[in-house]
Amino acid sequence: QTRRDILRMVHKVNSGHPGGSLGCTEFFVALYHEIMDIRPDFDMDGPGEDLFFLSNGHISPVFYSILARKGYFPVEELGTFRLIDSRLQGHPTTHEGLPGVRVASGSLGQGMSVAIGAALAKKLNGDNHLIYSLHGDGELQEGQNWEAIMYAAGNKVDNLIATIDRNGQQIDGPTKEVLPLGDLTEKFKAFGWDVLEIADGNSLTEVIAGLQEAKKRSGKGKPVCVIMATVMGHGVDFMMHTHAWHGKAPNDEQLATALAQNPETLGDY
Amino acid sequence: MTKYIDQGKKDTRSGYGAGMTELGRTHPQVVALCADLVGSLKIQDFINENPDRFFQVGIAEANMMGIAAGLTIGGKIPFASTFANFATGRVYDQIRQSIAYSDKNVKICASHAGITLGEDGATHQILEDIGLMKMLPGMTVINPCDYNQTKAATLAIADHHGPVYLRFGRPKVANFTPAEQPFEIGKALLLHEGTDVTIVATGHLVWQALLAAENLENQGISAEVINIHTIKPLDEEALLKSVKKTGAVVSAEEHNYLGGLGESVARTLAQHHPAPQEFVATQDTFGESGTPDQLMDKYGLNNKAIEKAVFKVLERK
Repeated sequence: QTRRDILRMVHKVNSGHPGGSLGCTEFFVALYHEIMDIRPDFDMDGPGEDLFFLSNGHISPVFYSILARKGYFPVEELGTFRLIDSRLQGHPTTHEGLPGVRVASGSLGQGMSVAIGAALAKKLNGDNHLIYSLHGDGELQEGQNWEAIMYAAGNKVDNLIATIDRNGQQIDGPTKEVLPLGDLTEKFKAFGWDVLEIADGNSLTEVIAGLQEAKKRSGKGKPVCVIMATVMGHGVDFMMHTHAWHGKAPNDEQLATALAQNPETLGDY
Repeated sequence: MTKYIDQGKKDTRSGYGAGMTELGRTHPQVVALCADLVGSLKIQDFINENPDRFFQVGIAEANMMGIAAGLTIGGKIPFASTFANFATGRVYDQIRQSIAYSDKNVKICASHAGITLGEDGATHQILEDIGLMKMLPGMTVINPCDYNQTKAATLAIADHHGPVYLRFGRPKVANFTPAEQPFEIGKALLLHEGTDVTIVATGHLVWQALLAAENLENQGISAEVINIHTIKPLDEEALLKSVKKTGAVVSAEEHNYLGGLGESVARTLAQHHPAPQEFVATQDTFGESGTPDQLMDKYGLNNKAIEKAVFKVLERK
């Protein structure tokens, strides 16, 4: 159903980022429905609950769908995505007061720093809940990430679980051609993180198991990094294994084909 | 004229440090961050008294701004401090997205603003920071004039919800405002009444404006001096009231004339009460190495420059 939401949202306004959103669908479903301990009513400060920060804000469609389906705001509001006067901006923001979003993201590379700050506040407040964050792999080309990666390990921010969406694609092509990221697992380890890998980030059971393992490893003096291999565009055959659908919406015919591959389960908005 | 007495030269950054020490005792939610410049920012006392509420981020200002934004989620009031150059231009997008656009209650506290940090030269002298910060929607911009006012401003911004840019400096300058004067954000202070010309000054230039006014009075010119410590929101009412009386204005600031206090003043006058204005500010240039006094003199940022500007503007009345 989340995939249907994503496809219909970007189709309606003929803009948005379906590829990364589809690839991270299992992650969001696992996080919000199985992993995180969250309160039903939104409180910006989030005391006594786990918090999530989306750093690669362009995959807002999947974030919005999950938040709406979780009850943070009416599901019908998904139909206002990217329209004038909407709370569902192209990239997630707090400016319009959309419940569930705690910081603006879209300009890449900033989310890990913010997540660290929230994690430090939790520690100061004696709140032992966790901070989760998601980052694109291409996004790691932004230098600020490495400042944050160094800080989190050096200061034992062990209530932070940062997941990297390793889909190997970015706007201009495969990451290995645009700017190779090298061995991310070894890089995070070298910076002092505890790293685990999810081989198939599009298998719900694998993602749940991986995140549960990450949770177990938290609180032991090291920040935890989850390198999660996903397929951009997963669940729609013609959108998979290509960067072509990073920031492009399907036309009517393509939408029909894509929706046929993802049957309605919870009812369309 | 009203006499303002220099109670002894002090640096405005020490006023920040003293304010932080006090906030450490009175405001449990206040936390401090610094990017490897603790000594320069004078916050060692805060750190000694509240080691758990201080975050040393190293030479990584972008990360510092993001962490500060995150700390607000959890109710903290972060004071992120470093040199003005590294607190603004270097991290503009982090401030724009993670702090200003996200409406985070972060206080960006910047020392060594302007040209008077002196010998380090132009790489460290930022003369564009007021412009950068005042352009951000929702950002409050404050440039206090002396030690006492910087301390008072530091205390005041802790109780103001929303992002603030607090700008202060390195050199020891006259400390002349009353020690216990409360700081009201956005409320200009009329320091000296006059009838011929209005001098609106901010930061280190306020004392220079008072010196200029005294000298002008000896020459038969009655200058009104206003301390505009808050550049945004600008106290337009105080400005217009004065200019309606005097009919001419000189703005004075340690900043580029593009984007600074002078431009905000000119915009206000253009909209509500056009009047001749002269700008005491740097003229779209970078700074250079030198002593603070030499630089203020060379770049036309002292009492002499203000007097010259007053004569010029009076001719245009």
